This record gives sequence, structure tokens and C-alpha cells, in this order.
Amino acid sequence: MDILRFATAGSVDDGKSTLIGRLLFDSKAIFEDQLEAVERTSRDRGTEYTDLSLLTDGLRAEREQGITIDVAYRYFATPRRKFIIADTPGHIQYTRNMVTGASTADLAIILIDARKGVLEQSRRHAFLTSLLRVPHLVLAVNKMDLVDYSEERFEEIREEFTSFASKLNVTDLTFIPISALHGDNVVSRSENMPWYQGSSLLHHLENVHIASDRNLVDVRFPVQYVIRPQRATDPALHDYRGYAGQVAGGILKPGDEVLHLPSGLTTRIAAIDTYDGPIEEAFPPMSVTLRLEDDIDISRGDMICRPHNQPHVAQELEAMVCWMTDAVRLAPRSKLVIKHTTRTARALVRDLHYRLDVNTLHRDESATSLGLNEIGRISLRVTQPLFVDEYARNRLTGGFILIDEATNGTVGAGMVVEARA
Amino acid sequence: MLQRDYTTSQLDVLEAEAVHIMREVAAEFERPCLLFSGGKDSIVMLRVAEKAFWPAPIPFPLMHVDTGHNFPEVIEFRDRRAAELGARLIVASVQDSIDAGRVVEETGRRASRNRLQTTTLLDAIEDHGFDAVFGGARRDEEKARAKERVFSFRDEFGQWDPKNQRPELWNLYNSRIRRGEHIRVFPLSNWTELDVWDYIRREGIEIPSIYFAHKRKVFERDGMLLPDCDVVPRGEDEPLFEAVVRYRTVGDMTCTGAVYSTAATVEEIIEEIAATRITERGATRADDRSSEAAMEDRKREGYF
Repeated sequence: MDILRFATAGSVDDGKSTLIGRLLFDSKAIFEDQLEAVERTSRDRGTEYTDLSLLTDGLRAEREQGITIDVAYRYFATPRRKFIIADTPGHIQYTRNMVTGASTADLAIILIDARKGVLEQSRRHAFLTSLLRVPHLVLAVNKMDLVDYSEERFEEIREEFTSFASKLNVTDLTFIPISALHGDNVVSRSENMPWYQGSSLLHHLENVHIASDRNLVDVRFPVQYVIRPQRATDPALHDYRGYAGQVAGGILKPGDEVLHLPSGLTTRIAAIDTYDGPIEEAFPPMSVTLRLEDDIDISRGDMICRPHNQPHVAQELEAMVCWMTDAVRLAPRSKLVIKHTTRTARALVRDLHYRLDVNTLHRDESATSLGLNEIGRISLRVTQPLFVDEYARNRLTGGFILIDEATNGTVGAGMVVEARA
Repeated sequence: MLQRDYTTSQLDVLEAEAVHIMREVAAEFERPCLLFSGGKDSIVMLRVAEKAFWPAPIPFPLMHVDTGHNFPEVIEFRDRRAAELGARLIVASVQDSIDAGRVVEETGRRASRNRLQTTTLLDAIEDHGFDAVFGGARRDEEKARAKERVFSFRDEFGQWDPKNQRPELWNLYNSRIRRGEHIRVFPLSNWTELDVWDYIRREGIEIPSIYFAHKRKVFERDGMLLPDCDVVPRGEDEPLFEAVVRYRTVGDMTCTGAVYSTAATVEEIIEEIAATRITERGATRADDRSSEAAMEDRKREGYF
């Protein structure tokens, strides 16, 4: 059994909570005491139906205001897969939360109300999904019961969205007509839509192929921690020097020739160690410890790759960035801390090329700064070289966060478009 | 073409993530510690820590906030496990906080030291100068926890501000704090109760005996089965009886209920949990029942 992480975007109006509630309920991930608590609260508030959003809206402020503010993580499993849902708020003022939820997602579900069709917010959600390179996108056309399960209406929406999505980097797009309220095409195929030949939503979630979404080609091993036991009681470990980290790309094997950055020196992998014994290969997302044949001075923040396949060694980055705070604005000359893989450095914003309107995709080149939830393209100068790939090639070696030195808050999320020395 | 499908099982993904989180903390903080109660989640967390730094020993001490009302079987297990690992175990005692006048013992039949632990915990964090504290909490446990970050920032008062949390993207964690502040770190955030048990089974990890079905003298209060012991005052209207029970969670004796169960092995426990329709905290924890936001409120103050 593997794990599929998916993000859902939308508002209560789209039936998002109903859909999640149904997936959880039908997979028996909602328990009686949780359901009772929700029913009790719904009754106390005078709501006539059981408001399943109360299951995910865990904070007092969210329940009081009846809105989702923050990303909530929910868990369920079927015999085929374990699922982690990042349930994100759909409103534009929570763009940063959707970006956060999408950053680790294998798949995103965007809900569309069949009566309303493709709205500004659907386009925004699709854009953010493609910006964060979520590999699979499902457009769930909901409330089909309210349009008489009309194939024509579904096709209209499909055509409109497909034409919009052609402007984005969407590699795998699936359309599923559903009624979350009645369960049509959620867990099992609907008898109300015999014209639909595809799979139900849950069947799709269980079967979508994600193993090849990871980059298994470019070997990238950011060194996270150096393990040197130096236990006096065990002389065998005296010379042990292991480089611990989580594989960010490629497949590593003992005997492979590898190159160390920043030194540029080459050596071979002597062994791949784990607590459970040495292993014959390591690939994402495994956390392992490498031992190398030669003594090279290696520390946290360094990168191990292959001699003929190296990341950019870069101090100049071109990146798309989502700004996540209202305390300060991002502008040219801003000085920030950048954390990229296991390396932390300081960064200077050299230029803001444009601010992107996330609804229309219009580029405003006259913009002079970015505020909360705004997205734009920037140039950064970093104090020391980072070992980066384009985000489109590897999300783990192409993504970074920006931290404000004054408050220590995480204020921005960036995706590398281009990198130069 | 790849010769095989590089699919990774759910337990391997969760373990790799937790190992990554622990190494990140060891690399970026000066004085981390791991909260170890002898409960199943902290036992699993400890195993992950062994794996993260092997063949080196775990590079931080363990700490337990002891209410003085814990199950003796669990305390025995805690001490034995720490000794096996050669780990330094710090015991922060709620009784000491009471004796020092830092907190006042609750009185009455429902008196519990659950909430008092927060003061003891925060004092211990301050006294030892810990800047990162590992906890075994999981997001599937409770709805306020579902919103919590893996690296959860606490201010100089140890408080959690759920509306002002740092965004967390990819596998990048922000470890920057000022002196006096700290980060609570939850490596098992994405594990479910069933994952924890599957892992215990797979790894063959020993757990305290009270997780397995046993005969115990109990009495019923608010639908919960509480143990017969000195620290839980029992009314005359609360008769004792013997039952075959086990504990699904392990906390303070005053607020942790047993469940009827005949599950005597890890396999039987997994079967039981897979079939249950009640959450673990709903079945066993009086501390979460006081209000809908009970956990959120305690967490804001600095609770685990």
C-alpha cells in the first residue's frame, strides 16, 4: 500500500466539505463520536443538515466564522492506498494556504458547480496547481443532479476548462461528473450518468499512477547531517563517517561514481546504510546514510550528484514567488533568508519583473512590490552558491522558502525558473 | 525504462519523513529533547530516532513529565527502555511543581493533574534551555491537532498561536527562533493510529503490558472505565467491578479510560482498531470532553 497526497480546493458552496465528508464516511474514516459531535454542533447552531465542514474546521475561529482559514490534514485509507488530504480554503485571501497544501500534493481536486461552470476561482485554483507542479489534476464537476445529469452541460464545462488549461502546465487532466450529495461517481459509478465511461473519483484516486512522478533520473542527495559515532566502547565505529539525508532525485547504488558539490571532487558510494542494514539502492523519498570511498570534507548543505548530471551551482536565481505575509512587502532591495534543500543563506531581491494576476494570468510589469497572497517573478542574488534545478524538473531541488530576519516568519515560497552562477 | 516500479509503502514513506524531520532538528537546533512517556506514540518516535542517527546514539536526552499518577507498568517500561538505549532521561515532576507552589492541586472527585502538566513542562523546557521539543502527537488524533505544523512555533511563554502559524512547504522547515522561544516538533504528524500499530507490528517493538487485554478492577464514570487506584477518588455511587480491558491510549490514571477488549496481541489490536467506530481520544480521554475546543485551549497554553 502506498500513499497518495491530494489537495482539495474550493468553498463550502462548491460542495467540497460534502465531498470530503463522503470520501471519509464511505471509507469509514469518520467515527461515531466525531459524527455525533458534528451533529450536536450543527443542531446547536440551527443548521438543518449535518455540516461536515465542522469535521475539518478544527479551530475555534473557523467554527465561529463558518469558514476554513488554514490547511487541515485529513487521513483515510482503502485497501489499495492511504490518502492524505490537504483541505485548503478556496478564497483568494487564502491563496498562500492553497500554495502550502499544493506543495506536497501528488494530485489536486478542483470542484466546479455544474450550474455555475468555470468561474474565476476555478481558473485561479487550476493556475496555482500548475504553478506548484502538482502532477495530476482532477476537475470534479459537482452538483450534476441539479443539471439533470446532463452530458451536454458536462461537455460544455470540459471544453471551456480544457481550452483554459492549455495555457497552463497541466500534464494529466481528468474530468469526472459527480454529485457529492447523492454520491454519484464518488465511490462507485453512477447509474444516473450512463453516458460517462470513466472511473469514479475514488477509483481514480486509488489507481492514478504516481511512482513515476518523482524524479528518478537526476541523482540529487542534499547532505543533511553527518553521522560520526565516535563511541569509545566500539572501536569499529571509530572511523565511521556517514552522510545522512533524504534522496531528492535519482537512484543511488553502492559502487556508483558520485560528485560532491561544492568541491567538484568525485568518489564512489561505498555503502548505503540504514538501521535495518545496508541496502542495494536508494531513491526518493528514502532517508538513508551514504558512506563514500574517499575522505572528502563534506558537511550539511552540500550536494551529492553524478559527474555527468549536476544541478546548477547558482547565486543568481529567477523564480516565481508567492508572498505569504501582510507584515512587510516584497520589493527590490528586500533582504531575506533563503532555505533551499538543507542549505540556508541570505538573499537579496534584485528585481521584481512582474506581478501576476492569479485570476486572469495578466502580468503587471508596473508593479513595484508584492503583498500578501500575491505572486510574481523575481530575481534573487544569494550570498553563497545553492545547488538547484528548475522547479519544473524537480520540486525538491527547485523549491525554496524565504524567511524574514526581523520576525523569523516564513514569508515567501519560491519556485526556480532559471539559475545562473 | 525503469526495470521496476519504485513504489514505496506507506510505512516506509512515513518513516523516511519522520527520520528527515529528526535529522533536521538535530542539525539546526542546539538543545533538542524528546518527550518520552512510555506511550505507544512516543515509543514509535523513539524507534525512529534510533534509526535516524544509527550507528551513533540518539543525540538528545529524553524527558518525561511525570504527574505522579501514571500507571506503574508504564513507568517501569519508560525507565527500562531509556536504560537499554543508554539515553539520558529527565523526569520533570508535577509533584515538584505543586510543592514549589507553581501550581495548585485540583480537588474533588474529578481532580486531575492533566492540566497542571503544562506548567511543569514549560518550566522544564526553560530550566534546561531546550530549543526544540519532540512530541508524538498526530494530526488524526484531534481537530485542533489537524491544523498544527510539523515545526510548531512557541513564544517565550510557550504559547501556540493557531492563527499565526508559519506556512510549511515541501520538506522545508523553518527553525529560526529567538532566545527563550522554542519549537515543538511532531515527526509523526502524518501517521494515523493504525499506522502506529502497523509499525509496532512490523518493527516488533515492545510496548507496555497495559495496551493488551488484562483483568482489572474498574468503575464507570461518564461512560469511561477508570481504574481502581489511590489517586482516583471514587464515589459510593461508583461501584467497582472486574472486567477484561485494555488501554488504547496511555496517559494519567485520573483521566485515561480503559476499553473492553480481549485483544492480547498486536495483531488482535490492529484487527480491533480497524473495526472500531470510535476515535481513540473519544473512547478514552476525559480531558478532551470538557468542551469542543478543549484541546485547542490547552494547546494555546503550551500543552503537549
